[in-house]
Amino acid sequence: MATVQKKLIVKNKQGLHARPAALFVQVANKYDSRIIVKSNKEEVNGKSIMGILMLGAEQGTEIIIEADGEDAQGAILELEKIVTSEE
Amino acid sequence: MIKFKGIAAASGISIGPAYKMGKEEFTVPKQEIGDADIPLQIQIFEEALIKTRREIIDLQKRIATEMGQEEAQIFDAHLLVLEDRMLIEEVISRLKKEHLSVAFIFSEVLKKYIEVFSKIEDEYLKERIADINDVGKRILRNLLGKERKGFEDLKEKVVVVAHDLSPSDTAAMHKQNVCAFVTDIGGKTSHTAIMAKSLEIPAVVGVEGVTARIKTGDLLIVDGVTGTVIIEPDEETLRIYQEEETKLKGIAEKFLESKDLPAVTLDGHSIEVSANIELPEEVASVKLHGAQGIGLYRTEFLYMNRKDPPTEEEQYQAYKYVAEELAPHPVVIRTLDLGGDKFLSQFEIPTEIEPFLGWRAIRFCLARQDVFKVQLRAVLRASVHGKLKLMYPMISGLEELKQANLILNEVKEELRSKNIPFNSDIEVGAMIEVPSAAMTVDLLSREAHFFSIGTNDLIQYSLAVDRANEKVAYLYEPTHPAVLRMIKNIIDSAHANGIKVAMCGEMAGEPILIPILLGLGLDEFSMPPLLIPETKYIIRSLKVSQVKDIALQALGLATGKEVEDYAQAKLKEIIG
Repeated sequence: MATVQKKLIVKNKQGLHARPAALFVQVANKYDSRIIVKSNKEEVNGKSIMGILMLGAEQGTEIIIEADGEDAQGAILELEKIVTSEE
Repeated sequence: MIKFKGIAAASGISIGPAYKMGKEEFTVPKQEIGDADIPLQIQIFEEALIKTRREIIDLQKRIATEMGQEEAQIFDAHLLVLEDRMLIEEVISRLKKEHLSVAFIFSEVLKKYIEVFSKIEDEYLKERIADINDVGKRILRNLLGKERKGFEDLKEKVVVVAHDLSPSDTAAMHKQNVCAFVTDIGGKTSHTAIMAKSLEIPAVVGVEGVTARIKTGDLLIVDGVTGTVIIEPDEETLRIYQEEETKLKGIAEKFLESKDLPAVTLDGHSIEVSANIELPEEVASVKLHGAQGIGLYRTEFLYMNRKDPPTEEEQYQAYKYVAEELAPHPVVIRTLDLGGDKFLSQFEIPTEIEPFLGWRAIRFCLARQDVFKVQLRAVLRASVHGKLKLMYPMISGLEELKQANLILNEVKEELRSKNIPFNSDIEVGAMIEVPSAAMTVDLLSREAHFFSIGTNDLIQYSLAVDRANEKVAYLYEPTHPAVLRMIKNIIDSAHANGIKVAMCGEMAGEPILIPILLGLGLDEFSMPPLLIPETKYIIRSLKVSQVKDIALQALGLATGKEVEDYAQAKLKEIIG
């Protein structure tokens, strides 16, 4: 079991709402690892659309993604792409 | 008589008595439970979730069949909320802690989320709150064993008046006695507005404070063209609107009357009018609206919302079904067109800065032959069950087309060696949606049996406009002289090489452009099923000799606006 953590800045101009949020949750659910997303005020389940929306991460927000499990490394790599994509 | 102005969400005019729909309020009793009841409460919760899921999936299937895939996808967001782990876990953990009935806990949790989301200023989130409310009410109804009152009992045509309507409410109006609807809130692009358009009834939304002024039974005029609602009109107003309503109904009826007649011009030229689909379930709607085949079957949807790509057998079953249902009419299957705005999570596709110029569609398929070949095998195997054709998306030059055909031949050889039957003469076409392809149609003719113009991308690439970018979206003009010239060039080059040209982009379903496109020599129009009756009606009112002149005139104009005005005036002249 491995825990992987990564600090990231949300680059998407829509923030982590809308399409990026749905995409984030869909991708997170592909992995067996437990996935948590933290901002300075909240900590939510990365596999939950309600959680990610609750986070309300705008463009420029600093978040930490934490994955815990066999496939943690892969999960972090793929999720990082979504968070840091500017599209 | 009182007049209200709102947002015109769906066109048309209807006159009828108001039917006020109250908000659906639930009284959820705060009921205490003991430790021993917890497993049963969890079971009730799970059963309600399963039942709700089944309801939504059934609704999606029905909508996909009767309206279309775009409308059905609205409910994808509902499923995402329904399956939300955080929500489910929170309900169960609070249930164990607080010892209150699951219905009460669920409604509290739901309330909490909605409160938090309501505080965030975001257009997208506002829509999501509507979705969460909609699906939340469904779950609550199932937890309490209640039924939502539908519209089945209505004995006469009414105008539904409500503060707000959920997509589920709107979907329930389908084929019931509802002739229009009016709401206090909502916008032009809301899910409810999209549903109204496919219901083909007028709708005016965002009419602030209107429900407070209307009583059930009040006579209403709903003008979905201008976004006007008139309560208890005077005689003169009523007479004017009744005439207008009759006139519009007459036109709509004329469209429907001729929907099953062939699309032949007044001077005897036969034109193909076919449908665009995304799911096999849409076949029913294709037949209902009088299409002569399927000009574009988008196969991406087989690959979406799932973990692994679909198997060969699964694809074969889908293609076989569509081929058999439409036979003897042709069905054009477009091979996987992912990338750009269609992202699939099964494949490792790096995030790109310019996805529309990146690794997508045929480029992806040529690189991932393993994925491509599975699809080609499925299409070839299904080709013995009807008249299937293959079409490659986003071809940018002859080399790509050759490569794709080479792979197709390899797959054919493989099937032959295993004695698996297929139509060896299956026709192969290329989408013309990249300017470089549009300029080399003569060369592409060596490797293709037909072409189909994908106008959405062709316009986007030719005019260098990202339609999703609101700052430049105004530059996206189907009537731009460059677009017309390019289409002319495609058709002329193809015809010089004895090849027919279809169009399957949005432009093909635009009524005012039909005379121009026909005049340019387009052989086939492919569009969403709903638009087919009107298109056929227009084609049946035209003469090829006359539209040739219209196209020539249009080509001589200098701006997109001029072309649009001209096209508008001409269509009015022709069909009145």
